[in-house]
Amino acid sequence: MTNKMSAMISRLWAVLKQPTAKYSLGTLLIGGFVAGIIFWGGFNTAMEMTNTEEFCISCHEMRANVYEEYKETVHYNNRTGIRATCPDCHVPKEWNYKVVRKIQASNELWHKALGSINTREKFEAKRLKLAQNVWRAMKNNDSRECRNCHDYDSMDFVDQGRRAVKQHSEGLDTGSTCIDCHKGIAHELPDMRTVDSTATIGDN
Amino acid sequence: MMIKKISLIVVMSALTGLSMPLLSETTEVSSLRGPIDLEQDSTAPTMKKYNKDEEPIARDYVQQPPLVPHKIEGYRVNLKSNKCLSCHSWKNYRQYGATKISQTHFEDRDDHVLANVSARRYFCTQCHVPQVNAKPLVENNFKPITAISGE
Repeated sequence: MTNKMSAMISRLWAVLKQPTAKYSLGTLLIGGFVAGIIFWGGFNTAMEMTNTEEFCISCHEMRANVYEEYKETVHYNNRTGIRATCPDCHVPKEWNYKVVRKIQASNELWHKALGSINTREKFEAKRLKLAQNVWRAMKNNDSRECRNCHDYDSMDFVDQGRRAVKQHSEGLDTGSTCIDCHKGIAHELPDMRTVDSTATIGDN
Repeated sequence: MMIKKISLIVVMSALTGLSMPLLSETTEVSSLRGPIDLEQDSTAPTMKKYNKDEEPIARDYVQQPPLVPHKIEGYRVNLKSNKCLSCHSWKNYRQYGATKISQTHFEDRDDHVLANVSARRYFCTQCHVPQVNAKPLVENNFKPITAISGE
């Protein structure tokens, strides 16, 4: 069996190594070029299709939990009518980071198949862990996806409120990042007992 | 004596009887929906906007729960988290330059001091409210005592 396989591979290799006698160099070049465009375009189109809100909420896990909560927030509904959809915050814009994130998403498909969060109760039980994963990622990349729209350099501190001016100018100096303070702005917070017990109820 | 009283009642009721139609002509009762026919739709008053961030607002009386001098839109207070306390708790107030919650907030109704905020003081907006620039609905001559105003 192994011998047969290696014989087949060496024969295929021999064919690939041979210069073609049948097709002209022009046909090969143009054919390869067109095939390349179709393949690359198809790949990117397929990836962009997974980069829409419609795709995200085609799973009930997203639609019934985080999407419903997001609809109550300023990133969905606001004065100027600008909306940040799921991928705007959760998928990097740059291609290389985006592909890495898409590969990581295969883990999410796996857990979709396992049904890890297919009920509200299961989701609530995992919410802290899931939230902390996102917080950690945003802390590590200096809240890159926030900064696609919110840029420190474009912020007019004069126009900001008393509290925002203080926090933002201090934040600039101490190297803090958006997610350090702006947690739970687009979805409900998890149980914060283990994160900050002084901001929850009960003796801890 | 008795006759005097009766005559007074008679005179009074006569006066009231006279003045009743006059009153109803001059001052009509106006309801909250304004002088609009029942069959017509009233226009809703414009929504008041919450004040932007301002300096802490002085109290008007000693026991007054301090007012919230900033917007609190979207701030959740539930069993899982309390957005107010993420700045106003004793652990966090210094970092965020906020006012810390008073010591009384750690006592239960039997004056037992607890390790964390008492459940009866946990829901901040029951007492502490943000402000809009609204005119008082009725005239009010209330003045703070000297201990607060210094006047």
